[in-house]
Amino acid sequence: MNTALLIDFGSTFTKVTAVDLEAKTVRTSQAPTTVATDITEGLQSALSGLGEGSSWRGLIENAVYRSACSSAAGGLRMVAIGLVRDLTVEAARQAALGAGARILDVYAHELTAGDIARIYSQRPDIILLAGGTDGGNREVILHNARMLATYPGKVPVVVAGNRVVAGDVAAILARKHSDVNITENVMPELNQINVEPAREAIRRVFMARIVEGKGLARAQDLVGTIVMPTPAAVLKAARLLSVGWENEAGLGDLMVIDVGGATTDVHSIGKGEPTMAGVMLKGLPEPFAKRTVEGDLGVRVSAASLWEAAGERRIRKNLDLMGTVGIGISPADRISKLAERTDFLPETEEDLAIDAVMAATAVELATERHAGTVEVVYTPFGATYVQHGKDLTGCRTLVGTGGVLVRQTEAARILAKALFDTGNPTVLKPKNPEFYLDRDYILAGMGLLAEHDPLTALQITKKYLKPLREGEI
Amino acid sequence: MAMHTLVLGVIGADVHAVGNRILDYALTQAGFKVVNIGVLATQEEFINAALETDAEVILVSSLYGHGEIDCRGLREKCIEAGIGGILIYVGGNLVVGKQDWGEVDRRFRDMGFDRVYPPGTLPDEAIDDLKRDLARRDSAKSRGGGTLP
Repeated sequence: MNTALLIDFGSTFTKVTAVDLEAKTVRTSQAPTTVATDITEGLQSALSGLGEGSSWRGLIENAVYRSACSSAAGGLRMVAIGLVRDLTVEAARQAALGAGARILDVYAHELTAGDIARIYSQRPDIILLAGGTDGGNREVILHNARMLATYPGKVPVVVAGNRVVAGDVAAILARKHSDVNITENVMPELNQINVEPAREAIRRVFMARIVEGKGLARAQDLVGTIVMPTPAAVLKAARLLSVGWENEAGLGDLMVIDVGGATTDVHSIGKGEPTMAGVMLKGLPEPFAKRTVEGDLGVRVSAASLWEAAGERRIRKNLDLMGTVGIGISPADRISKLAERTDFLPETEEDLAIDAVMAATAVELATERHAGTVEVVYTPFGATYVQHGKDLTGCRTLVGTGGVLVRQTEAARILAKALFDTGNPTVLKPKNPEFYLDRDYILAGMGLLAEHDPLTALQITKKYLKPLREGEI
Repeated sequence: MAMHTLVLGVIGADVHAVGNRILDYALTQAGFKVVNIGVLATQEEFINAALETDAEVILVSSLYGHGEIDCRGLREKCIEAGIGGILIYVGGNLVVGKQDWGEVDRRFRDMGFDRVYPPGTLPDEAIDDLKRDLARRDSAKSRGGGTLP
């Protein structure tokens, strides 16, 4: 049997996926991540969970392909630096997010000594330094390189700014930092973004250096290099599912929504060009494969901030979704308790109901922030429509993933909060997509498999995502 | 010598795109690097574009008569953004009604615009001015004179 073994060292669970590459079938298992002690313990119990009598070591040794991703130990922590907030700072932010990073902060214009102290205290794993279009502003990125040369420690830096001074910038940085990587500008021309080369550079640094510092080195002895952060693997799987591979068709424009305990991630694949006639696109174009992370929207660690962001009225409105079960629940109390018990798993119907309410609210807000908007501008010649960001109204597929959604019996009802809302028509959310659930947690694994065998990864993804039918909404 | 970079756009709630395209073409043909931010451009968009691209000139078009309101404060914002010395040109149907051009020209110059063009100006006239103004700056720089006031 030709087996591929794919491992996701998540912040809470280590998930393993064993793929039979001939039969195109999948077995999955998970166990709590043990990053504090020895990461391989959790891996061993997850592998043992695959069953069938074979030893975990045998499973590893017999696999023809092994690969792993990780978001354990805080994930990939990054700081992005650019010149103008709406331009190169935003482009750098998009590049880092797409590489699967957690953005600790972004910085615009000239860095100060205070900024350097602040960045140092944020302990980034990688700094992404951008600024200036090619041939454009050079003073600020040079200044920022000189400031980063005063950084109290060493940190890997990816330089993705004005091409004309990239060499000088790297030379200044090299006085202090030993890992300096020059790549293409994230914004070579004004309002043109070029995030892929920076994403690749970030990933190379992640593979080569970051994993060591996170207690993951022992895992590497067993499973080989940890090739990317988990969100990057999910984005890769989403992209493959959207565009297809050779003769195997993809599903077209799609969105993946991952509701977690600490964050809610939204991925969208598609150009997002205006779908209505006469709409003008303004602002920075967004990446074809776009990822956003909402650090204040989650159902455990971020439960309190979710409550704050949504407000009681919105939560109560979503409580109605749950029908009769919801009656009698005091959401404020429940939510503040959940924020303290971050490892809580729902047991009763009421527990599930409150999780559903929070997940629905997280989906609603996260997709609102991810999707583009259309606004009416009144000119002396009448109304004109201006679009910022991606128009996702034509998006055909919506995939839900993450433990919170998988545990719910009515995930479709929660995902429906990602739909276009006629009461809020300026937000360009999907109008009529098909819903799917990543019931077996295969997306990250398939993103990893896509590096080895994209066709099989695509076929398995299509086979194992569970369609959620209308009747279940 | 390096190409001079210009930011070109139509300011305010103005959607006149044709003149913008013509100017883009004419200026590019004349050897400038044109960063065209298009129609419906805000003051901030002009300034942000100039910052990132290290532009030496901002060229503002306004065709719909509200130019005076839209342009007010642009020079001051440039100063705040650290590019106070940038050349700013403006042209089009800047005001409504039959107003004395000398008066209009003076008002825009008071607002900090270096060149003000009445309706019907051909691109060549602005291009000649650009070449002259930029050459003067280049020579001032090479003499160590820094930016002109």
